[in-house]
Amino acid sequence: MQKVNRLKPFFENIAFEREDNHMIVNFGPQHPSAHGQLRLILELDGEKVSKATPDIGYLHRGMEKMAENMIYNEFLPTTDRMDYIAATSNNYGFALAVETLIGLEVPRRAKVIRMLLLELNRITSHLFWLATHALDVGAMTIFLYAFREREYALDLIEDYCGARLTHSSVRIGGVPLDLPKGWLEKLNAYVNRLPYDIEDYEGLLDQNRIWKMRLEGVGIVTPEQAQSWGCSGPMLRGSGIAWDIRKEEPYELYDEVDFDVPVSTTCDSYGRYKLHMEEMRQSIRILKQLMPMYDETAPEIIAHAPQYVSAPKEQIMTQNYSLMQHFVLVTQGMKPPVGEVYVPTESPKGELGFYINSQGDPYPYRLKLRAPSFFHTALLQEMLVGEYLADVVAIIGNANIVFGEIDR
Amino acid sequence: MRPYSDKQNVQKKPYYSDRYFVAPQIPKEAVESDAVFAKDLATLQAKFEIKEAYIQRGQLVVYIDPKDNVAVLQTLKEACAYNMLSEHSAIDWLAKSNEFELFYQLLSTSKRKRLRVKCFIHAKEVLQSVYGVYKSADWAEREMYDMFGISISGHPYMKRLLMPDDWFGHPLLKTYPLHGDEAARWYEIDKIFGKEYRDIIGPEERDSARVDENDTYRFARLGHEVPFGAEPSLEKTFHDYQEEGGVTIVKTLKKSESKLVKERP
Repeated sequence: MQKVNRLKPFFENIAFEREDNHMIVNFGPQHPSAHGQLRLILELDGEKVSKATPDIGYLHRGMEKMAENMIYNEFLPTTDRMDYIAATSNNYGFALAVETLIGLEVPRRAKVIRMLLLELNRITSHLFWLATHALDVGAMTIFLYAFREREYALDLIEDYCGARLTHSSVRIGGVPLDLPKGWLEKLNAYVNRLPYDIEDYEGLLDQNRIWKMRLEGVGIVTPEQAQSWGCSGPMLRGSGIAWDIRKEEPYELYDEVDFDVPVSTTCDSYGRYKLHMEEMRQSIRILKQLMPMYDETAPEIIAHAPQYVSAPKEQIMTQNYSLMQHFVLVTQGMKPPVGEVYVPTESPKGELGFYINSQGDPYPYRLKLRAPSFFHTALLQEMLVGEYLADVVAIIGNANIVFGEIDR
Repeated sequence: MRPYSDKQNVQKKPYYSDRYFVAPQIPKEAVESDAVFAKDLATLQAKFEIKEAYIQRGQLVVYIDPKDNVAVLQTLKEACAYNMLSEHSAIDWLAKSNEFELFYQLLSTSKRKRLRVKCFIHAKEVLQSVYGVYKSADWAEREMYDMFGISISGHPYMKRLLMPDDWFGHPLLKTYPLHGDEAARWYEIDKIFGKEYRDIIGPEERDSARVDENDTYRFARLGHEVPFGAEPSLEKTFHDYQEEGGVTIVKTLKKSESKLVKERP
């Protein structure tokens, strides 16, 4: 008998039990379609799943514990590593939570820049979702096209903050940099081009027989299930519930821009695919409205709150008092008021919430990250039952889960 | 004498704090200021004992008795249309009062309102699972048990979620060090190689910023470089990183021949 858990090959993955037509399959954690480190223990009855047990924690880095040992600004780059497909949405969620905690008003130009970045991130995230999901289902061409377009968006973000994936492009109180010269023109060119690309994707997929067979009627989430399991984002709207935090509890300037919240009532994977495509179009719509708004704003990009936020860089470099104050904020950290907040934002994946309990120290006493994918993965144990083994891959891909934010 | 360290809370402390600094409070508003919340609170007060209720940053916070948690959430779901449980976790107050503070973050999509139900439980108290009311509590409760060791009864599959099943300790407790306790240092060694390899491999160092001066396998000693794995030495090594014979355009640069200029040429 081989000893378990020693570094000799131990064939755990193929140790299935076989009795009659019943079989246990270990899916992951190194499966290419598991979208990260997801381990699924599937009990199969023939080819149908009779029980699914997701096992997570392979990417657990203890971010909540880290947050308790860091000053607020120090934690911001860590949030990049949550949903690394759309890093700015995490930075923003955290920054907004801290701003709500200390009651800070952000300058208008910073708000516009943040929204530009958030919507660009939504587009890159949805393109990534489409690419990997289509690849899982077998549509290789879409993967190449969607990744190409995503790369252009990443170039834009790189132009702004210098990073492709881990942006850290939002600061508590505003944004660190103004838009570079000519950035909006580049964005405009991209935004004008993208609708035709989305049309191309839809031309390849919408009426594609294989795509429809793999997605239609697969991964049904009823509205009751979606609410009970705490689904959010496209998973909730895919079940016919029109709930978008940008619309219902608007933050930043989302109440000033005009956009629709697409809803699908079919409750299946195909409906959620259509929903993602429509959401990209709405993001483009928001971006187009934001570009003229940028020009009308005053040049301040970071809030003036010396107790909490450092002055802009050029001021730190020239003004003695700003430098002293920056030194204090970096070495000691800012001390927000005593109290607690729960601030939800609409990340590309759903409701990204930050719960902060502050005791007036520079370190949060407790910080809870509410990741949308966490609850969507929990739903898998109910969603996968009764589905075919081959559809498991399609459903996982469709649920748009990212393990950085599930395990945290 | 060893310096005093608080074993009850091993989290990082600010190295300096102004002794006269009094942290301001986020204002708590009266529930009456919001008609929707006032109605929800009245519904709850008719049935249960409400210890405290206020509105903070636009969300209603209600303190209840932990024994009522399932019934309160049931009432909120059915009578007050709070259809979703978005988050549920705990805060460790063991050092202060030997208690955990739990919070249930609720959302009503029809009323566009968020409400936070909170309660205190003692360290060893068993909590009733709310899985029957909101299924999203399934993993939230498992994570809470995993991170804080709070026992839950009535949960369908109470097992650790993020940490391995045989992990010792609960990481989010304030008594748990950031880089893991003694058991964590040996966990992977024991698991992968076996206990008999403890002396050979040594404990796992989880501090990513740690630099071992004497370890020439993993760390270069700048200015005192030695061959890979050799004993560290104090002898200075001198490098002019320059290609043999120089580069075409760049003149041969030697550190020893360089000079410092007083003024910008």
